[in-house]
Amino acid sequence: MSESRYDWAAPWPSTSHGVEAYLDVPRELIPGALAALREHHSARLTSVFCEDRVMTEQCFYNYYVLESPAQRAYLVLRAGIPASDPVFPSVSAAFPSANWQEREIQDWFGLTAQGHPNPRRVALHDNWPDVHPLRKEFSAVAELPFAGEQHVYRPTLGEGVFQIPVGPVHAGIIEPGHFSFSVAGEPILYLQLRMFYVHKGIEKRFEQLPVGRCVALAESISGDSSFSHGVAFCQALETVAGLEIPARAEAIRTILLELERIYNHIADIGAIATDVGFVIANAHASRLREMLFVLNEGLTGSRLLRGMVCPGGVRRDWNREQVVELSETLRQFETEFRDLMDIIESSDSTRDRLEHTGVLPTEQARELGVVGVAGRASGIDRDVRRDHPYAAYRHWTVDVPVYTEGDVLRRMMVRVKEIGGALFLIRALLASLTDGAHRVPLPPLEQGRVALSAVEGWRGEILHWIRTGPNNRLERCRIKDPSLNNWPALVEAVKGNIVPDFPVINKSFNLSYSGTDR
Amino acid sequence: MFKILSKSASTGVVTTRYPETAARVSPLFRGAPKIKFARWSDARPAAEACPTEAISLCDAGSEREVTLDYGLCTFCGYCAEADLSGAITMTNEFALAVRARQDLTLIARYGLNGDGTHQELQSVEQGSVVHEPGQTEAAIQRVAKVLGRSLAIREVDAGSCNGCELEIGALNNPIYDLERLGIHFAASPRHADMLLVTGPVTRNMELALLKTYNATPDPKVVVAVGACGISGGIYGKSYAITGSVGEVVPVDVFVPGCPPRPEALLQGILIAVGRLEQRFLGLRFNNEGFAS
Ligand code: SF4
Repeated sequence: MSESRYDWAAPWPSTSHGVEAYLDVPRELIPGALAALREHHSARLTSVFCEDRVMTEQCFYNYYVLESPAQRAYLVLRAGIPASDPVFPSVSAAFPSANWQEREIQDWFGLTAQGHPNPRRVALHDNWPDVHPLRKEFSAVAELPFAGEQHVYRPTLGEGVFQIPVGPVHAGIIEPGHFSFSVAGEPILYLQLRMFYVHKGIEKRFEQLPVGRCVALAESISGDSSFSHGVAFCQALETVAGLEIPARAEAIRTILLELERIYNHIADIGAIATDVGFVIANAHASRLREMLFVLNEGLTGSRLLRGMVCPGGVRRDWNREQVVELSETLRQFETEFRDLMDIIESSDSTRDRLEHTGVLPTEQARELGVVGVAGRASGIDRDVRRDHPYAAYRHWTVDVPVYTEGDVLRRMMVRVKEIGGALFLIRALLASLTDGAHRVPLPPLEQGRVALSAVEGWRGEILHWIRTGPNNRLERCRIKDPSLNNWPALVEAVKGNIVPDFPVINKSFNLSYSGTDR
Repeated sequence: MFKILSKSASTGVVTTRYPETAARVSPLFRGAPKIKFARWSDARPAAEACPTEAISLCDAGSEREVTLDYGLCTFCGYCAEADLSGAITMTNEFALAVRARQDLTLIARYGLNGDGTHQELQSVEQGSVVHEPGQTEAAIQRVAKVLGRSLAIREVDAGSCNGCELEIGALNNPIYDLERLGIHFAASPRHADMLLVTGPVTRNMELALLKTYNATPDPKVVVAVGACGISGGIYGKSYAITGSVGEVVPVDVFVPGCPPRPEALLQGILIAVGRLEQRFLGLRFNNEGFAS
């Protein structure tokens, strides 16, 4: 097949449903196609994943999900890989965002990413036997022996250069991962990450449960993004079913998505202040987050907004008192939030620690495909809410704050602005909240349908991709948390900074380990 | 500086006195489900809806055995929504921490009808299926004596979704302010008296958890946090998961919830060091209402 069949400069094909269009491309043309799409459409490669279709089609499929500022859709390239020749050309050298994801494919499906610059294990640590858990024939509950630890970190050479190993069990109340710092005195030369300590086999688990029970699983991908992941998953089911959810459900979902954004952003602002020694600011911030947790509980029954979203809408409707409670709490929150920012902004020493710290330049952010808060602080003007609107975002404009400096201060400022935007949006949604159903039933799912769903979680772009199977089950569910895109950016941002600034730089990204590791 | 002081003054004291006073819980909070076993006519819809198999059935011949395991339950309320007989209600109850894993399980037996519904309740009893070794009462008292009223906790995330960490972190906020009780979080297991472990324990974290446990000086206590820490929860059995916390290290107290709210965590922590009595037993919870 020749390259000339494709015109990569052409506008992307339109979608029949949902947010994405598909194109079958022979595997050997993938690297060229991605490069051309990047050149012509500034396309960003956001996710690479695989699907085992050996039983029915004697092949695997690799999917390459692209997004472009100029196009209104996601473009998904699909490349068939025969089971008899399980290799594909790696694109990681040109697209660093594919690095871990291609290695996941190697680990989970046993395909070889040819020419990968660092083809070592990633999701299955080196002490795993030679298994490929996401292959269909692999039992989800297999008990595997340990095969001995062989992981080696890149050595650090040079006079006065040494390594600081940290984790997986960290000093704070946070998730596990291993960081290996190479330092010369105080400045960090480079940072090596080893992740997937909390790999739980979630993508495989989705294939085991009936879809109704999968919603709770989606809510457990990343605790602080329970609602966003829940919505992303339900939207995928609704797309497959061709189901429109009621306007009231859309509004309630959107309000809760924004509440999740606010409670995480306020906690992060406090945590960033703590990491530069401004503890009183965190005392107020964590008190404000608690205020929102109490609100969450009154609105959904759960402090983390769990058990609320369901396919077809939301499980609980709100009465008048709840709506009043919501606007009252937010009014009080806003006043207090202003006071807090006043306190933080009047501290020159705080600003001094945050400005020019942990800089991620725009060029690098673009090359790495950084998303969400971290992207917007580094000049990447993307936001799923505005660019691929869903739920009630379809009817409202979202202000997207963008800075170019890419430092800790700007990552904090993006959060500050987004809290303001979220409060505004919630108020507007409440003012226009209509009566009506909050939920419609999800019809049984047709077999063999696929759908991509995109949600701007508070960290950034969340993608869920599903293929339905028989008996209301899924054959495949791919989860892409924004953290998966953004970890490599942390590595770049800490370079040249001093070790004591690492915590605040890390906090300013605040990436999810569980969302990454799944 | 003036701004900081005036803000503090206008904020005042926000800290709760729990457990001295009752927790402030919204009536809309979804706590543990309560099942009126005698009123139940069909366990199937609830069992089918339950995402974690906290309600599970075993039909054999003309007998049906229903197991309810609060160690698996995430308080999601799907069972109450699916159940047609109205036997299941979601309560406000959250303070369910127990010393013995089996205190969280109940087994109800029914005669089975031909159409899959069940007949009258024959018996309900405390589950005995799960046995995970923890410390004896005497050992707990010894620990309590050694520690006095001061306690250092090392938190270990052995595989959670981070939901439990959010609530554990909240214990440090001015509302719950753990330090008022002489309790604080330590940065190293070597400084800790207690491990607060969230799960499920993944295969990739098993060794780290063991090493952390071994690095913690004796006497020490272990608290397993959340449905996943207690039982693996929503993630179930998986190639990537070793199992519950209790399958890797000995556990002294189990704190149900998904995640457990801060007061529930606090209750579990205090039970583990003998400063609070366990108040929950599955049987009492379901047949006679809550007893404290
Ligand atoms: S509330 Fe508990 S028992 Fe009921 S469905 Fe949810 S997890 Fe299962």
